[in-house]
Amino acid sequence: MTRVPRANLAATLAQLNADYARAIDDDRLEDWPELFVEDCLYTITSAENHRHHLPGGLVYADSKGMLRDRVRALREANIYERQTYRHLVGLPAILDESDEGMRTETPFLVVRIMRDGRMDLFATGRYLDLVTEDAGALRFRERIVVCDSSRVDTLLALPL
Amino acid sequence: MADLDHGRAWPGATLTRVPYWVYHDEANYRAELRRIFEGPVWNFVGLESDLARPGDYRTTFVGEMPVIVVRGDTGAIHAFENRCAHRGALIALDDGGCAKHFQCVYHAWTYDLEGNLVGIAFEKGAHGRGGMPDGFCKAEHGPRKLRTTTISGLVFATLSGDTPPIEEYLGDDVRRRMARVIRKPVQVLGRFVQTLPNNWKLYVENVKDTYHASLLHTFFGTFRITRLTQAGGVMVSPDGGHHASTTIDRADDRQNTAYRDQSIRSEHAGYRLADPSLLDSVDEFGDGIQLQILTVFPNFVLQQIQNCLAVRQVLPRGTGAMDLHWTYFGFADDTAEMRRRRLRQSNLVGPAGYVSMEDGCVGGFVQRGTVAAEDELSVVNMGGESAESQETRATEASVRGFWKAYRRYMGC
Repeated sequence: MTRVPRANLAATLAQLNADYARAIDDDRLEDWPELFVEDCLYTITSAENHRHHLPGGLVYADSKGMLRDRVRALREANIYERQTYRHLVGLPAILDESDEGMRTETPFLVVRIMRDGRMDLFATGRYLDLVTEDAGALRFRERIVVCDSSRVDTLLALPL
Repeated sequence: MADLDHGRAWPGATLTRVPYWVYHDEANYRAELRRIFEGPVWNFVGLESDLARPGDYRTTFVGEMPVIVVRGDTGAIHAFENRCAHRGALIALDDGGCAKHFQCVYHAWTYDLEGNLVGIAFEKGAHGRGGMPDGFCKAEHGPRKLRTTTISGLVFATLSGDTPPIEEYLGDDVRRRMARVIRKPVQVLGRFVQTLPNNWKLYVENVKDTYHASLLHTFFGTFRITRLTQAGGVMVSPDGGHHASTTIDRADDRQNTAYRDQSIRSEHAGYRLADPSLLDSVDEFGDGIQLQILTVFPNFVLQQIQNCLAVRQVLPRGTGAMDLHWTYFGFADDTAEMRRRRLRQSNLVGPAGYVSMEDGCVGGFVQRGTVAAEDELSVVNMGGESAESQETRATEASVRGFWKAYRRYMGC
């Protein structure tokens, strides 16, 4: 396994987050699961649930297959009005490093743009990540999306 | 035509036609708050498990009225309006916590856990001057109190002295269906609030509408979670207001081609999950019922979709908006495997649910679609004209039941 050079770590981490945001915002949802390792955990929760250690999520995916299923459902099964997101992702803070990877925290802000042009500040929060090296690239082993608010307007279709 | 005091009319006694003004009219909305939510109904206000110890409280709403629900020193659950008797400010500002008493931040008037006014700051004034008049009686002033009741670990509250006991209000059939799911101590797994861009009644109708489930929601039809051809049916309470619909998957339906034959979008042949563990369920209630949706008039939903359990509280927020409070739960004695199963299946529900996502927007589609059609009528005719229990879900009997109860409370 190739090691990501230490000096480039911050830049590589920022690139991973940028790739993540662009996959969603550019409607390349199929690229989104590829940023995770096979045995991953992706959940969307609220700061309130997180603070009280309540495990329930708006989305709860504990495999890459479940992320792919989410994308396919959005493409083929679910009904929702056409919409896009614009992610603004802040700087990742490295909180801890161990054999399993890096624990990082990254703030985000998502604007939702509806088909009629309406734009809303849809979600803000922080990504609590466990990032690991996988075949020479950084990928998410865990991404816990902790939204600042427990409130969701209408529905949450695209991933945050 | 039955006229209301705000000049709107219903098209006779039939339950099969509903005028669209009912989702848009401001005066009618204010009448609903008074006659229904603040009237002789039981409003769902929370889970008993959130009020384990004396002093444990949650703040919530009855219609639009802010209320505090709290476990008192003697163990009884009290509910009172979250409004100071002095100048009307909110008394409690948090979602919940544990309190010895409540004190309004504005002028420090204090209430006990039953909502009695027990303290007035500087009641006798300062340095012998000022203060409240001698004749002021604290016992005569306080926020409005509600009666509370509990059943199956659920807390309900009412402002009216005329509301019958909860057992009588629900009837035996609804009680049994409720007890079937909440049969042991619950453990909350998560809470979310969904803001819906529609009148509260559109959501309640949607939940009661067994006809739409497998037509709108691809996941229901394709993965045989509920299909109109499957066994089960819909039970409507005698007064129409409450319902429980059930689905049982039997082998004799598995080759049924009714959806394919009618080219219904929601059956998606060949659709497979990359990770089918999402749908790995167990018959935890031992009766083969894989889906049960239960409502209590006016604002409560109990949901069992396979092993995914939740309660939902409907709170009106004006004619064109409402809040839906989701509480996902399991049982305190769940194994780790069952916990994980419930968490995975929670992908089906909530604002991002493979199934519920569409219910988040479809009420808004009606709200927007009917904005210029206040004098037109919607058609609620599937399964006939009555609001009685039926052995099929290809019916709108429980939607008609809602209107039967609604019109009785509204007097129209």
